[in-house]
Amino acid sequence: MVEKYRHIGKATHRKDARAIVTGSAKYIDDIKLPGMLQGRVLRSPYPHARIKHIDTSKAEAYPGVKAVLTYKNVPPWIGGIPYHRPVLDSTMRFVGDAVALVAAETGESAEEALELIEVEYEQLPAVYEMEEATRPGAPQLHERIPGNVFPRGFRPIGEKPLQEIVMGDVDKGFKEADFITEGTCGYENIPNPLPPEPPGVIATWEDQEHLTIYTASQSAAMNRNFHQPLLGMVDMRVIGTHCGGSYGTKNANMIPMVHAAALAKAAGRPVKVYFNKEEHFNAYSLRLGSRIHARVGIKKDGTITALEGEWLVDTGAASEMAQVQIAVGCGEAQLALRCKNWNLQPKLICTNHSPAGCVRGFGGQELKSSLLPLMAIAMEKANLDPLEFFKKNYVKPGDGYFWRDGLWWDYRGVDFSKAMQKGAEVFGWKDKWKGWGKPTAVNGSKRIGVGVGVHGNADIGEDESEAYVKINPDGRAVLHSCVSESGMGQRSAVCKMVAEVLNIPLERVEITAPDTMVNPFEFGLVGSRGTYTVGSAVIEAAEDAKRKLFALAAPVLGAKPEDLETKDGKIYVRGREDKAIPWRKAMGIARTLTGQGRFETDFSLCNCMMIFAEVEVDIETGKTDLRRVVAATDCGQIIDPLVLAGQLHGSIGSAGIDTALFEETVLDKDTGHIMNCNMIDYKWRTFIDLPEFENVILETPFPSHRFKAIGVGEVAPAPGPSAVLMAISNAIGKRIMDYPATPDKILKALGKI
Amino acid sequence: MKKMNRVEGQKRRGISQSAATTSRTAEKNISLTVNGKLHQLMVGKDVNPDHTLAYTLRETLGYTGVKIGCDHGSCGSCTVLMDGEAVLSCTILTVECDGKDITTIEGLENRESGELHPLQQAFIDYTAFQCGFCTPGIILSAKALLDKNPSPTEEEIKQELAGHYCRCISHYLVIKAIQSVAEKGR
Repeated sequence: MVEKYRHIGKATHRKDARAIVTGSAKYIDDIKLPGMLQGRVLRSPYPHARIKHIDTSKAEAYPGVKAVLTYKNVPPWIGGIPYHRPVLDSTMRFVGDAVALVAAETGESAEEALELIEVEYEQLPAVYEMEEATRPGAPQLHERIPGNVFPRGFRPIGEKPLQEIVMGDVDKGFKEADFITEGTCGYENIPNPLPPEPPGVIATWEDQEHLTIYTASQSAAMNRNFHQPLLGMVDMRVIGTHCGGSYGTKNANMIPMVHAAALAKAAGRPVKVYFNKEEHFNAYSLRLGSRIHARVGIKKDGTITALEGEWLVDTGAASEMAQVQIAVGCGEAQLALRCKNWNLQPKLICTNHSPAGCVRGFGGQELKSSLLPLMAIAMEKANLDPLEFFKKNYVKPGDGYFWRDGLWWDYRGVDFSKAMQKGAEVFGWKDKWKGWGKPTAVNGSKRIGVGVGVHGNADIGEDESEAYVKINPDGRAVLHSCVSESGMGQRSAVCKMVAEVLNIPLERVEITAPDTMVNPFEFGLVGSRGTYTVGSAVIEAAEDAKRKLFALAAPVLGAKPEDLETKDGKIYVRGREDKAIPWRKAMGIARTLTGQGRFETDFSLCNCMMIFAEVEVDIETGKTDLRRVVAATDCGQIIDPLVLAGQLHGSIGSAGIDTALFEETVLDKDTGHIMNCNMIDYKWRTFIDLPEFENVILETPFPSHRFKAIGVGEVAPAPGPSAVLMAISNAIGKRIMDYPATPDKILKALGKI
Repeated sequence: MKKMNRVEGQKRRGISQSAATTSRTAEKNISLTVNGKLHQLMVGKDVNPDHTLAYTLRETLGYTGVKIGCDHGSCGSCTVLMDGEAVLSCTILTVECDGKDITTIEGLENRESGELHPLQQAFIDYTAFQCGFCTPGIILSAKALLDKNPSPTEEEIKQELAGHYCRCISHYLVIKAIQSVAEKGR
């Protein structure tokens, strides 16, 4: 029997809704601390250069300037994986790299001062292509990264972190294959997730040992968890503000944070560093570049017998955590492609463009967008319907996978092929799929085509979360959880879980600010971990508080704790609601009760998202319109239908589906400059061009927590690009293996240019 | 990277820094009515000739519900109503706004009763936002549309909002929210 919930599953108002629609929600640039200075960054005009000489004396003398920092006087903090990214350096590695920092009374003064810094550069040769970067004699970016190839793995995610997919015997697998195909596919448009709000941080040192950070972050606590060691383990208090979009990029927020912290230390005053949009384009978290060359062995029935290849990953001038993205991507590949014999070898490479960072899709979107088109070649050879292929090969109970920690996990979740089938029915796949390279319909020069992609992540149970639930005698509760708000509505969702457990109105649950000083440990809202991990800790804390409440109430009511119920701040013996007593009668008015909850990593569950796409390509102009999208998933139990709908619609945004059509960062490979670093030239989908969009969401109870739910938000965009590429290829009858499929590439494939 | 900061911005707009403090403009006052409240701003003191309306509203007058996304007139976040028309406040200089009547998102709520504008309530009811950064601008554009055309078609709503960048993709729920208000107006 399906449990009926009071709050869970219902569309309820976001707790911050009123603040957002009235403009009172405080984002990072809305916060001003007394005495706060404005920090600005002098940025490199060259992709690769050494500072021969730098003179900051005029800038230091400019009115209002309180601190000027260069590599010569900046604190020796160093970040990245492995440590290779100092706060400032004498070598510039991309156009937009930080040369010097200024803090001044006003932004205008700081900007004027930047103009007065005299720099003499020695230009160095730059490299932008992954293969060129790894050749002998190629320009070298980092002393610590010999040959421009990063060392593999990242110990903190496991004793033997996943750095490749190697299992079985690929030679044997290829012998068992009916067909063997081979190809290369690149997903190298390094698009920008581009949240509407630029990145920003305010830093203030209370004294030498106490640093307070205000951060517009998706995961405020991560700023502390990751960066406290870099700053010599000072006591770092991090407070999250409302965050105007993140899509993974504003998690640890290292660069603006260390810039603000260094300036604040030098100036002895609070400093805000808030990027402008051009800096956001040029110097903040792009998607990884990805190119796979692989051989695939496949049987007529769709069994994958072997998968062997090389995965080149371009992280630009630095790695924020690309090794972890590779680990997660490798895990995710196994979820979607059941195969006994693997040998996929990743290689993480640095080049002279703006660094990649954490981005929604986190290695998985990059890998899937390159690998699934190679699987399509094999499917075509074996004449297989991709829907049936994905249904057959997605992980099922009894299967398993090596996850990011390098350990084998047995999958204990649900079979997603039911959700895939339901999605196909809503999309009309059976009628629209006409076979490989065949359009669904032809209308003059217009060709309609369909495609499908799939992706999933076992990160829904990754890392640790803790929560406290404090109940007050007046029938209210406060949740202490360091969850931030960057758009996913998770702060409201966890309040809902507390209200459900305590059976009180949602308005009687409040959540503390995302502040590391007042909250227990929280890893952050990375991946889709909010529902299962944070939710589990929160539910446990609420249940613990309720247990304590019933222990106090039992003697008052002359009953056993297990026979008690609570509703709307009153307690009663089951069946005797007429004899209910208020919480305060059990607790006394001079008491609070605090329950604690903790969640430990569990990689044995995963989510799944299938995207169906229908496109219309004009073969005269090469223009493609995305006509219709169906997103299909199974989330166990919906927490809030409108919030979930928004997350799935988000597959169009955050450098998702549209990276197959028009989204790209265009790099001038002569100068290293980004050619489209503004919101006119960087293309984005407007209201006018919205496709029809339908969500298909099944609710098969998961063995997760009390509400049988799992998170799915992060994975929504990842299956989109390969689905669109497949749809275009089918529409025009020519295979496209390169993103984005702009009109010129389509006309070229058609032999028209 | 081509440097593009406020100083550059002034140069692009043909304004020299020294012009900001010349005596010719220093005595001029700008009257700006914001959400029904009259503000007198002295040029050279409260307002420099290079200050955009978005900057003045946020930094000088404290209406931080005005959001600056791109600061180049291409994302719609800074939209406010000027004499009832939706305008991009980052593309307008404050010195050009003498005598204008401005409405920001803070001006939609009834200050005395606390009652929200029907559009604000609809955005809450439909959860027609995710991160919420673009929401003030979108609501104000929607208000400008409904004030002129109380029952717009879906296509008209999309046209009106075409300049608004929402990266979370709340478009579908935004359209529903606006339609729910439009239907009540019919």
